[in-house]
Amino acid sequence: MNRLFNLALLLGIGAAVIASFIYLGIDLGELGSTGNLNQMGAYAQRFLSPDLSPTHLQAIAHGALETIAMSALGTLIAAVFGLLLALPAAGRFGWPLQSASRLVLNALRAVPELVWAALMVLAAGLGPNAGTLALALHTTGVLGRLFAEALENTPPEPADAIRLQGGNAVWAFCYGTLPNLLPQLLAYILYRWENNIRMASVLGFVGAGGLGQMLYVSLSLFQEAQASTVILAMLILVFAVDTLSSWSRQRWVKA
Amino acid sequence: MLTSGSRDPAVLPRLLLTLLAMALLWPGIHYSELDLSVLIASDSQSEMGRFVSAFWPPAHDETFIELLLQATLQTLAIATAGMALALLLAIPASLLASRALSLSAASRAGRPSYWGQLLRWPVRGLLIFLRSVPEIVWALLFVRAVGLGPTAGVLAIAITYSGMLGKVYAEIFESVDQRPAHTLLQSGSGRLAAFCYGILPNVSAELLSYTVYRWECAIRASVVMGFVGAGGLGQQMDLSLRMFAGGEVASLLLTFLVLVLLADQLSRLLRWRLT
Repeated sequence: MNRLFNLALLLGIGAAVIASFIYLGIDLGELGSTGNLNQMGAYAQRFLSPDLSPTHLQAIAHGALETIAMSALGTLIAAVFGLLLALPAAGRFGWPLQSASRLVLNALRAVPELVWAALMVLAAGLGPNAGTLALALHTTGVLGRLFAEALENTPPEPADAIRLQGGNAVWAFCYGTLPNLLPQLLAYILYRWENNIRMASVLGFVGAGGLGQMLYVSLSLFQEAQASTVILAMLILVFAVDTLSSWSRQRWVKA
Repeated sequence: MLTSGSRDPAVLPRLLLTLLAMALLWPGIHYSELDLSVLIASDSQSEMGRFVSAFWPPAHDETFIELLLQATLQTLAIATAGMALALLLAIPASLLASRALSLSAASRAGRPSYWGQLLRWPVRGLLIFLRSVPEIVWALLFVRAVGLGPTAGVLAIAITYSGMLGKVYAEIFESVDQRPAHTLLQSGSGRLAAFCYGILPNVSAELLSYTVYRWECAIRASVVMGFVGAGGLGQQMDLSLRMFAGGEVASLLLTFLVLVLLADQLSRLLRWRLT
């Protein structure tokens, strides 16, 4: 019986794959025909000579700084609001506020960054400001949830001790809960920042600034040489972030 | 006698950390042109208010529902077809890149010879390249190369995900007990046979659950890729946003949420059944 079910499941997956190809009308034979491949090869070839002139490199450096600034500020704003929302979401102020803030966090998290960016471009105009806000909104949802879980898992005894000694709730939180929580919060923030740098470099496709906007503009103008330099810059940025984060994780977080 | 100290032991490090972060982020405000006041400026607020107030009720006339259904099916099909193509490339690449099938490693306690390592590097480099360009950039490039529509999305998913799957598969092959495969290799079996009988039984559960998880990611990615013209729900959302059709955006967002939730449930079911 179990075997039969698994077999049916596998057959279903196979049928789904075939149905998808038919539904989309993708003709792999035509896609791989020599004329088409030659055309794609010619297109790819135009990317092989990146534009390395100083003025373009300067523009790229500015775009990269914009991308990093967008991601850093977006993450910072998200960390502040995430913590503010995480306190009620961890059940510190009763259940009505808990479910309300959970709903807000889930809604913020469920909408992808790029959709937020498209909405924010409408609300705040073109440019990196919209990208920063979009990153902040989505990341608030993610960090708020992670912070809330971290808050629920910290031992309550230190804070209780301060409360029993007569300290008020704010002190109890700052000196009883926060010291235990801080390393975890920092690890989460760094992890999200890393994600956000990657995200920030593509948010520009909907007009939200950074390297993505440069890539979109130069591709729209058929300037493949410039576009390939932007792609190279994105790759370098991602590799740098990867190296930095794995190094800093080994150095600080693991200890 | 005990005196209650008024000194705060944590103030100095916290203050320094805050100051350092401020000093680093101050130029960032200039670069990112951060301006929270636009959100409360009256004209953008009324503009936004009009847009958001059109969210309710979500668009539900018959033609739009049909459009929505087609877009949803297209998104699902893009993710599935993209994953199928990605697997076609990822499986051979992972076999080539993995140290688990190295003949020299079998007789050298798991360390392949320098030649073996050197020859695996081009495949690894290719996989790194494929997955480090984000999928939406691939989609943007393919939209220029093969035209607007789902084909660009399928190819973009196929390329990025083959890089990710190939790398992770190769690592999964290396992470399990190597002795069965080494025994088979040393007693003269072919590499493919050694893989099928020495490694595959140990890794199949992990492979399946990772693949299903990636399929779920592909659905989310294919929605996002529509924004650059690669078909599916995203393209429809981009169009509706540009026409300021709040009701349509609302129903698209709702559909997207339902789709993600369903994919989550389905992938949980598949993982539970197949592993």
